[in-house]
Amino acid sequence: MSDGGNGGGKGGEFEPRITAFVCNWCTYTGADLAGTSRLHMASNVRIIRLPCTGRIDPLFIVKAFERGADGVIVSGCHPADCHYTAGNYHARRRFALFRELASFIGIDPGRMTFSWVSASEGAKWRDVVDDTVARVRALGPFEAYRRLVDQPAGTGESYASIEGLFEEAAR
Amino acid sequence: MTEPREPMTDAKDATTEPQDVTTEPQDVTTEPQDVTTEPQDVTTDASPARSDTHNYPETGAHDEPGDLQGVARRLLAEAKIDVVIGWEDGRRGARPVFITAADDADRLIFDARCVHDLVSYLNPRRTQVAALGRVAVVVKGCDAKAVAGLLREGQVKRDEVVLIGVRCGGVLEVADLPEAVALTADNVSPRCFRCDNREPSLVDYLVGDPRDEPPRPPATVDERVAALDALPVEERWEFWAEQFSSCVRCYACRQVCPLCVCERCVADKSVPQWIETASHPRGNLSWNLTRALHLAGRCVECGECERVCPAGLPLTLLNRKLAQVLRERFAYVATDDPEVPAPVGDYRLDDAEEFIR
Repeated sequence: MSDGGNGGGKGGEFEPRITAFVCNWCTYTGADLAGTSRLHMASNVRIIRLPCTGRIDPLFIVKAFERGADGVIVSGCHPADCHYTAGNYHARRRFALFRELASFIGIDPGRMTFSWVSASEGAKWRDVVDDTVARVRALGPFEAYRRLVDQPAGTGESYASIEGLFEEAAR
Repeated sequence: MTEPREPMTDAKDATTEPQDVTTEPQDVTTEPQDVTTEPQDVTTDASPARSDTHNYPETGAHDEPGDLQGVARRLLAEAKIDVVIGWEDGRRGARPVFITAADDADRLIFDARCVHDLVSYLNPRRTQVAALGRVAVVVKGCDAKAVAGLLREGQVKRDEVVLIGVRCGGVLEVADLPEAVALTADNVSPRCFRCDNREPSLVDYLVGDPRDEPPRPPATVDERVAALDALPVEERWEFWAEQFSSCVRCYACRQVCPLCVCERCVADKSVPQWIETASHPRGNLSWNLTRALHLAGRCVECGECERVCPAGLPLTLLNRKLAQVLRERFAYVATDDPEVPAPVGDYRLDDAEEFIR
């Protein structure tokens, strides 16, 4: 991809590539407001607009990482503001679970930002973007996932190490 | 294997089982288990030839003899059901068996080798099972939780199935043994430790002797999860990447799961293809993450996915991790009470959102 992410910055500096999944009614409009207000913010974010945070399947996040994202933002309407009444409440539970599970399998939760940004919060959107970019920049490119994606098939290692791990736990 | 004779207990009070009342115009206090819809005289024994030796009245009285084989035999003899799905002795351990004749009921066993979650057969997509007629299933505590999950999701109706609950003292981790052996710390399935449902309540009959609590395994599932949680995030990644790399994407975990009942699995969708189907680390990660996540709040930790996995993936750890999160965040613990709402698909206005800015 040639969209400026992943080390495409000046002097080879790492530029995080961030995918943002946002809801149509609040955060997308808020991001639009940030733009029309001419707020300066990091340009590393690619926005994907969806009807509602309730429409955002955790698989979207996995797919984003699989396709080369270094970080992901999920953002939508504040609680009680959902255009569809309860989509963000469902999303809140879903992402609470996904975040913990992803962390458990080794995806640094710092690569994922979840936020509520309303249509009037252009400045908050800028802060969310800038903070996420700074955080992911510090974490570096998601090399581990990149290696896994590029790995030739059928190179699975033995899983002997697991036994040692749990023998330690037993003691 | 002979099951000890045990007073048959009627675990379900008719007042807590509204489904029975709606299909049973007759006196529900004496006949809570009847799954047939046509009215029939329950006081006459449908099997006079056996009435002298096996006279099990329908009252579910606690002082009547009842054991797994006896209950199954009577249900079949009286034609209340067409098939009992249970376990029998096989050459390589216990195995599922479909008993359709009362005379075959003696083949039924229950011991620590009976690991299979037979509720998988209640999946409405398994039309060949439904074609057998009215079904009774033998369930352990974890299996009964799976039935509750299906009830919550409207996949089965309570009055369509007869549940024969067995008192369970845990099962073997490696169960393909020619004979049952006593459970020890080293052979017990770790997930059975501190089981909260060893005597299921969502059943029509509860049979078998009370059993001792399962022994404590050397490393409990919680301790294994904690050991992984204690690792740096990069090492957790290394661990799981290595594990998932062995996955051959046979989907046995999905097929055996009593709660994987989707008519079309997201892993089978090709346009768009969210999960790569090849046995490559890319798709393996998406698949295993998705499988665990789609079972969040539905998994009953029967351990079937891990048992059938040909690659030996420790899927129980993923399931337990999510169970821990569900308990901590949403105070949800898997239960065989179908009235308790599933935590995913439900919400509270005051759910914690400390991770959202």
